[in-house]
Amino acid sequence: MKANVTMTVRTAGQNFAVIDIKGEINAFAENALMDAYTQASSTAARSIVLNFNGLDYMNSSGIGLLVTLLIRAKRQNQRLLAFGLTEHYQQIFELTRLNEAIGIYATEEAALAAG
Amino acid sequence: MNTPDQDNANQKRSETAWAPPTARMKVGEMTGSARNINVDGRQPMSPLQGFGQMWQKTFKVRLSGVDKSAAEVMQIWKENFPKFQPPENRFYPSMAGIQPGEVLLIEAKVPPFAGLPSILPVVTGVMVLYADDTTFTVMTPEGHPEAGWNTFSVFEEDDVLVAQCQSLCRPNDPLYDFFNRFMGASSQQDKIWIHVLVSLADHFEVKGQVTTDKVLVDPKVQWSQAKNIWHNAAIRTMFYVLGTPLRWLRPKNRPSS
Repeated sequence: MKANVTMTVRTAGQNFAVIDIKGEINAFAENALMDAYTQASSTAARSIVLNFNGLDYMNSSGIGLLVTLLIRAKRQNQRLLAFGLTEHYQQIFELTRLNEAIGIYATEEAALAAG
Repeated sequence: MNTPDQDNANQKRSETAWAPPTARMKVGEMTGSARNINVDGRQPMSPLQGFGQMWQKTFKVRLSGVDKSAAEVMQIWKENFPKFQPPENRFYPSMAGIQPGEVLLIEAKVPPFAGLPSILPVVTGVMVLYADDTTFTVMTPEGHPEAGWNTFSVFEEDDVLVAQCQSLCRPNDPLYDFFNRFMGASSQQDKIWIHVLVSLADHFEVKGQVTTDKVLVDPKVQWSQAKNIWHNAAIRTMFYVLGTPLRWLRPKNRPSS
């Protein structure tokens, strides 16, 4: 199986790096996600913002990847924020209690304003 | 850009695979005589809410020569999940089996010290967080030895089917952390997953060689979660067992007032 996801990194102001996710987040997305995080961190951003507007599907391995990413971000004293999650995936974040550690917002503007 | 039909199909696929939203675990109708004393009403725990160091452990076995699809192997794994456990680790699935949101009760015995026989009972359980054709994940409740997830999957690697157990967990509280670090509980848990994979391989008459990969994801201990010990299933099971004679003596038919 190959990764079925693309991630692009862009900056938003001085303090934010946004990772635009398009496709599926599963175990095969690990390299793409960690590479995107490395690129986002190289901008010296204090907050990493995940854009889930283009998310097609996420399984439990994908949620595990987000935990790993969160720990990496915490070690660098970065905040992890997210926006664009459908109601269903917001519920998954609540079920898995990721919402207790990742700030979830409806829009990019809201995420940037809160961060 | 996806069509609305593709989006709907993805949404439906996801909704059937993930457990329905719940803040507390609910135990359904169970098979066998499992005791439900440490699961019902407990909050699910992710690796973020545990106490000790977070580890990702991956156990894999190659099922060389097995002429089945990944989904067929997973179906057999799900159906025989309790049977593939070591004798001291009994799983009781609900009547519905391994389905998203269902709870599996566990009656395990653990050794008091490394190298001694498994004699201390621990009654706990896990909730099926996610299940599709080739993967399922269970999430632990408050009080379980570990806080986090175990994912079981079957996939193809270099044209060979591979069965994998991957845990992303922390010890749930300081007592479990102590037992993990100094009493061999961690290696005991590793042996369980190795046993499960070897049993699965045996089922397909494959001589399975299990490989292990361990990654320390977070070396930090979360002292803010030391309070988790309140729900410690090992302690609560011990009190439950000690209280058994009192429950026997309690009158069964109390007069109604």
